[in-house]
Amino acid sequence: MTVLIVAEHDNATLKPATLHAVGAATKIGGDIAILVAGSGCKPAAEQAAKIAGVARVLVADHAGFAHPLAENLAPLIVKLAGGFSHVLAPATTSGKNVMPRVAALLDVGQISEIVAVESPDTFVRPIYAGNALATVQSKDKIKAITVRTTAFAAAAAEGGTAKIETVADGADAGLSKFVRQELSKSERPELTSARVVVSGGRGMGSGENFKLLEALADRLGAAVGASRAAVDAGFVPNDYQVGQTGKIVAPDLYIAIGISGAIQHLAGMKDSKTIVAINKDEEAPIFQVADYGLVGDLFKVVPELTAALPKKG
Amino acid sequence: MKVLVAVKRVVDFNVKIRVKADKTGVETANVKMSMNPFDEIGIEEAVRLKEKGTASEIIAVSMGPQGAQETIRTALAMGADRGIHVLTDAELQPLAVAKLLKAIIDKEKPRLVILGKQAIDDDCNQTGQMLAALLGWPQGTFASKVTPTADTAEVTREVDGGLETVELKLPAVITTDLRLNEPRYASLPNIMKAKKKPIEQIAPDALGVDPAPRLVTLKVEEPPKRKSGVKVKDVVDLVDKLKNEAKVI
Ligand SMILES: Cc1cc2nc3c(=O)[nH]c(=O)nc-3n(C[C@H](O)[C@H](O)[C@H](O)COP(=O)(O)OP(=O)(O)OC[C@H]3O[C@@H](n4cnc5c(N)ncnc54)[C@H](O)[C@@H]3O)c2cc1C
Ligand SMILES: Nc1ncnc2c1ncn2[C@@H]1O[C@H](COP(=O)(O)O)[C@@H](O)[C@H]1O
Repeated sequence: MTVLIVAEHDNATLKPATLHAVGAATKIGGDIAILVAGSGCKPAAEQAAKIAGVARVLVADHAGFAHPLAENLAPLIVKLAGGFSHVLAPATTSGKNVMPRVAALLDVGQISEIVAVESPDTFVRPIYAGNALATVQSKDKIKAITVRTTAFAAAAAEGGTAKIETVADGADAGLSKFVRQELSKSERPELTSARVVVSGGRGMGSGENFKLLEALADRLGAAVGASRAAVDAGFVPNDYQVGQTGKIVAPDLYIAIGISGAIQHLAGMKDSKTIVAINKDEEAPIFQVADYGLVGDLFKVVPELTAALPKKG
Repeated sequence: MKVLVAVKRVVDFNVKIRVKADKTGVETANVKMSMNPFDEIGIEEAVRLKEKGTASEIIAVSMGPQGAQETIRTALAMGADRGIHVLTDAELQPLAVAKLLKAIIDKEKPRLVILGKQAIDDDCNQTGQMLAALLGWPQGTFASKVTPTADTAEVTREVDGGLETVELKLPAVITTDLRLNEPRYASLPNIMKAKKKPIEQIAPDALGVDPAPRLVTLKVEEPPKRKSGVKVKDVVDLVDKLKNEAKVI
């Protein structure tokens, strides 16, 4: 078996999601190679070479890869894929964007968001917002897979000495152009890899009120998340959304505040180790998955909780 | 321009699904079915483009058993002009759906094709990207804003870090995200009118596509249940439990 992993990076740094994909690849077994396609992506490639368990790093450095446009990336991955039994990408928005395009060009099915590897051709994946787990077997010659990062332990970022090789210098397919991006800036840990997540829902009432959660998050060194209702209401940006169609998180501690607990929200957080729910409605479904439920008005409880925790640093 | 929208019939998002006792799948008999929520957003977007004069005709396509007709009717009631129903009782996986859609698109030649970013039953999030690949077209996935001009479409995409805007050459495939728009309810007069709009029915082999599944589902199971937790009486109690019992702070 030979596994090719499509790295998630921003040229300067390799994203932790890549390490989780390597974690999944180790479960499949065989030689692991990582593709770093970017523009000026040498630093990311060098980081990839240090990952424990990785044999080769393939680098495609080209202006057409400055942004991960699927139209430009897919032909490159397809060209390389012939030499591999598995092609993996983390189930991030860029992995989800490019991998099905690769699969179709290879004329193979894709196995989306695997959460377990049963054997090199058999995988477990959630369906129906995680309310069922399907075990599926692929009959295709190349397995195209996206990996749910929270389901696989990260490979060690240090300790490897992979060979760095340059592959085809790539091209611009001329179908799409990057125009601009508006990335949310935050000093906080990244939502999908944070150890603690504090999320707010419609019950927060306004974007202004999210300051209450930020104060709590500061004490806990936590990332801040939200329900879809809070994002739709414009309280916080779209990339805060946790759930079936947002981000999947599995921190050690998840605190849901003013969130009712719709199945689509639970889909994104019910694998957290410890769940706390704060809600004024004691019948709220969120209490069914919470290890610790506190019935009360968040505007009273959250400041109290913040005050009860020591200041960081 | 002609716009084609793919609409899938799925178990309604409000239904709490049950896994079948024999582990072959999920109970779908006597369960409320609806149009996939992302596809409602797709139809709404097409209808708005028509109201603005950008779209000339809207074709709604659904694939699956006889019941898929109902989903097409809903699309017609929302404002689509005509429907195409690929009738089959066989399991259709994303690659097969993409190939069938391509065959229809080769004939209909729309300038814009809209799909949902994900079907809420299989949660695959694949079909739009696969279709774009087979057509050799650009793809604007997870779209929260779409502005087509004569030759291009500017698409704002919801990505992990925030928002990204790309410019695509037309024809192109778009997949919808939740915040693209808020779909309308079909009015009673429009529901009546929709009954007279045409729906063409085709079989997969008439489109020259082998829709055989590539993945075999060996079993479907319920996820492990979380054991039920406790209610704490106040913040002091909560902090104590988090420190000394869960040991997470
Ligand atoms: C296709 C589809 C995909 C979806 N994807 C997602 C997704 O990815 N993520 C997601 O989150 N949702 C998703 N949803 C939406 C989901 O169904 C729910 O509508 C949403 O999660 C509700 O958000 P909420 O809990 O914040 O709001 P509500 O359900 O309105 O709950 C608000 C809660 O706040 C409590 N509250 C109010 N005031 C206070 C107070 N002062 N103190 C304490 N508690 C208070 C209330 O008791 C209530 O329980 C999706 C829906 C669809 C159809
Ligand atoms: N059987 C189908 N009929 C019509 N459209 C479909 C079908 N299956 C998938 N689609 C389209 O593809 C999108 C993504 O589905 P999926 O890749 O399965 O998550 C859906 O939102 C639909 O727009």
